[in-house]
Amino acid sequence: MVKLTKDDVFHVAKLAKLKLTSNEIEKFRKQLSEIMSYISKLNELNTLNIIPTSQTTGLENIFREDETDLAKSLSQEEATSGGKMIHNYYFVVPPVLDK
Amino acid sequence: MDLPLTIKETQDGLIKKKFSAVELVDQYLTRINKYNKKLNCLLTVTTELAYSQAKNVDKLLKQSSDEIMKQFPLFGVTVVHKDLFLTKGVRTTAASKVLESYVPAYSATVVNRLENAGCIMLGKANCDAWAHGSSGENSDFGPTKNPWNTEYVPGGSSSGSGASVAANLALISTGTDTCGSIRLPANYCGVYGLKPTYGAVSRYGVIAMASSLDSIGHLARSIEDVKRVFDVTKGEDGFDSTVKTGSTGNGKKLKIGIPKEFFIEGVDNEIKNNINRVIKTLEKLGIEFTEISLPSTKYGISVYYIVQPAEVSSNLGRYDGIRYGGNRSNFGDEAKRRIMLGTHVLSSGYYDAYYLNAMKVRSKIIEEVNEVFGKVDAIIAPIAPTPPFKLGEKSDNPLKMYLTDIFAATANLTGIPSLAIPSGFTKTGLPLGFQIMGPRFSENFLFEFGEMYQSTKNSNLKTPLL
Repeated sequence: MVKLTKDDVFHVAKLAKLKLTSNEIEKFRKQLSEIMSYISKLNELNTLNIIPTSQTTGLENIFREDETDLAKSLSQEEATSGGKMIHNYYFVVPPVLDK
Repeated sequence: MDLPLTIKETQDGLIKKKFSAVELVDQYLTRINKYNKKLNCLLTVTTELAYSQAKNVDKLLKQSSDEIMKQFPLFGVTVVHKDLFLTKGVRTTAASKVLESYVPAYSATVVNRLENAGCIMLGKANCDAWAHGSSGENSDFGPTKNPWNTEYVPGGSSSGSGASVAANLALISTGTDTCGSIRLPANYCGVYGLKPTYGAVSRYGVIAMASSLDSIGHLARSIEDVKRVFDVTKGEDGFDSTVKTGSTGNGKKLKIGIPKEFFIEGVDNEIKNNINRVIKTLEKLGIEFTEISLPSTKYGISVYYIVQPAEVSSNLGRYDGIRYGGNRSNFGDEAKRRIMLGTHVLSSGYYDAYYLNAMKVRSKIIEEVNEVFGKVDAIIAPIAPTPPFKLGEKSDNPLKMYLTDIFAATANLTGIPSLAIPSGFTKTGLPLGFQIMGPRFSENFLFEFGEMYQSTKNSNLKTPLL
């Protein structure tokens, strides 16, 4: 059985930039522990000399010319059209450094 | 007028002037207005766009029918897109509050291709938010109901796509399948659904869930229609570099494998008996069936629930409320669970034990499946362990919900195509079906197989009384 602690849940939530209430932390702690216990079944397998798979296409290194194709590009206006805070077609972001 | 039930009926009707495309749209919109409230299939209805596209189709009809068919192979075909597909100028939500008011500046490759082929878009289909779910209940805009019985789930995550086609609110629909999300709603709503080979259809412009598993496919009311749509959507587009064109031939005597690990205890008896009847029917047509074993597939769902959340946590990292949509406090519970699960299995100290190990077991499953395809042309299996379940039955137990996908995982982890085929009803009148999986790029073979089975039934798919 995998038993996650409240601190474990708080830690991953922080890494993932999710703000949780204490009720949520307890709910997710229980649910995630149950899921982790189930997926831990994999530990019963010997996988020592197996090469991991990250994709199934068999394709590698698909190149194209490094050129601008205007037909395939969005204008600055279009590219920023989804943002709620836009200034002169730039995204407005929260400050990273204090004054 | 009676609504046409296949692409051929639609196009014959248009060419013979039994109805115009505008009249066709009138009929569909009447049905949508009448039944969408009850079923909650569609999040957006694109009335204006549908009429403008219909008028274009009516203009095309002045040309010779050969000419139209050549240039617009899907002219007049009504479509709804899962709300994960970006549609330029039309709100695209992923059924999440995060993107509640997001209007994309471009369309997905599949949306463009279908439009250029003459399709008429009627709207955007509900789904589990971010495609996270097996029942359709995780939508932030309320669950979709099963048109055969509105107390039951339609299957997810492409819930609205399945229910719309079954209820005749559109002729075809698009969907995404990361672990059964096309096959399960097709199965639970009693229509055909194709999860193509990974990389056969471009993912460009489709909101990403788990990038190494996401397959872009569609649902329809006949095999021929599934094939005709696939012929338009497949192939390289110059945007998604994982797209590849391939084909696997056949022509041999058909031999189908029955994997014993998919007919275990816990699989509903009605499903087992139904598939046995399918097998008997096909044996009469000369198809040979043989038992096979895929021992590692029992770990498939565990592998999936490591690899998928890992990729989800990374793909949903971009939703910070700056470039599009609201901030991260708008995520629903299921998205939060998957983001945290993924973050955990990728985090320092856990990566090797979980993520790396899962990628290795994935290799083992691929190896076993490849070996089996040396002996058989395809694999027949159930899509889910039970027929449609009731709304709310699994919604407070995430693990129980995840296990709905236990038989779907193999096709996604190995990248092979799988076709969901309806095959009757339970005693209580809920749809039953099965899946047929083939080697990578064997879609045409799956269609041939499907057509053989379809030919044993003497009528079109039924439409539920609403």
